[in-house]
Amino acid sequence: MAVEAISEGSAKSDFWDGVRLSMPVVVASAPFALLFGAIAVDNGFSVLEAFLMSALVFGGASQMVGIELFGQHVAPWLIVLSIFAVNFRHVLYSAGLGRRISHWPVIQQALGYFIMTDPQYAVAEARAASGKTVGFVWYLGLGLPVYVFWVIESALGAVFGKLIPDTHALGIDFLLPIYFLGLVLGFRTRPLWLPVVMASAVASIIAYKTVGSPWHVSIGAVAGMLLAVVLPPHHSGVGERP
Amino acid sequence: MSTTLWIIIAGAIATYLTRIGGHLVISRFENIHPRVEAGLNAVPAAVLTTLVAPAALSAGPAEWAALIVTALASLRGGLMAMFLAGTAVLILARQFVG
Repeated sequence: MAVEAISEGSAKSDFWDGVRLSMPVVVASAPFALLFGAIAVDNGFSVLEAFLMSALVFGGASQMVGIELFGQHVAPWLIVLSIFAVNFRHVLYSAGLGRRISHWPVIQQALGYFIMTDPQYAVAEARAASGKTVGFVWYLGLGLPVYVFWVIESALGAVFGKLIPDTHALGIDFLLPIYFLGLVLGFRTRPLWLPVVMASAVASIIAYKTVGSPWHVSIGAVAGMLLAVVLPPHHSGVGERP
Repeated sequence: MSTTLWIIIAGAIATYLTRIGGHLVISRFENIHPRVEAGLNAVPAAVLTTLVAPAALSAGPAEWAALIVTALASLRGGLMAMFLAGTAVLILARQFVG
């Protein structure tokens, strides 16, 4: 009894620990969910379709790109390919996260990957780096609010789309870069942090100017990763890290 | 079923494949080579940087001020403090420089 009560209590606190960490993500993504819903309806989606896309794809940038192309009457296969390209960075996250959650039951892993986003991965990775276990309940506490709010706000955006006031004055188009910079800086104690950030920054800017969006994300990310791979292991500190 | 619905479903499947793909490939290896592990450890900073750098480059003074304050706030505070400080500066600066 006592043991059960304790583990139940700690599971509860793990969940709320995750929920607390999800709040900045919920706040930062809210404008984009509303915006997505509004743009989706504007581009010919029904409210139900906007809701479904948010619930099934659950990837902000890729949904924006998909909707944009849909509005331009691009071929369906190209829209799907673009969604795939924008989300391709998840392959890298997934390889990294797999090392943290391989002790979960398969069903929980399958669900865990479904709600894995940029911040979800980054915050889970930060927890693992600080020596704590990435548990399913904590991970769910972190991801579930983001998912629920994302889907509800997308539908709200679709219904009330035209009511969003001056989005520029509220800065909502630049909230995600600010949030992502905060995440990048959070990793600054990692070995090779500065060289990796420099390589990714330079490569992504060059790719952005030449190949164009969304490929600059994958190209810039691979450049930073490759640098970490080719530098001698004693620089990357792999053996020393717990 | 409508074309729109097919696009949504196919897009959802493509996205889920990216989310499990890396794990399915990596989990086939018994031991992870130190260099591969170093590469994986670099992923968060590498990917997130690509979501910031081009956006920062094509932005203006208000956005730059916000990013600088975000970076300064990171020296003292946590993620939420950074985010709120950067956002406050962005909204304030845009009232003046648009």
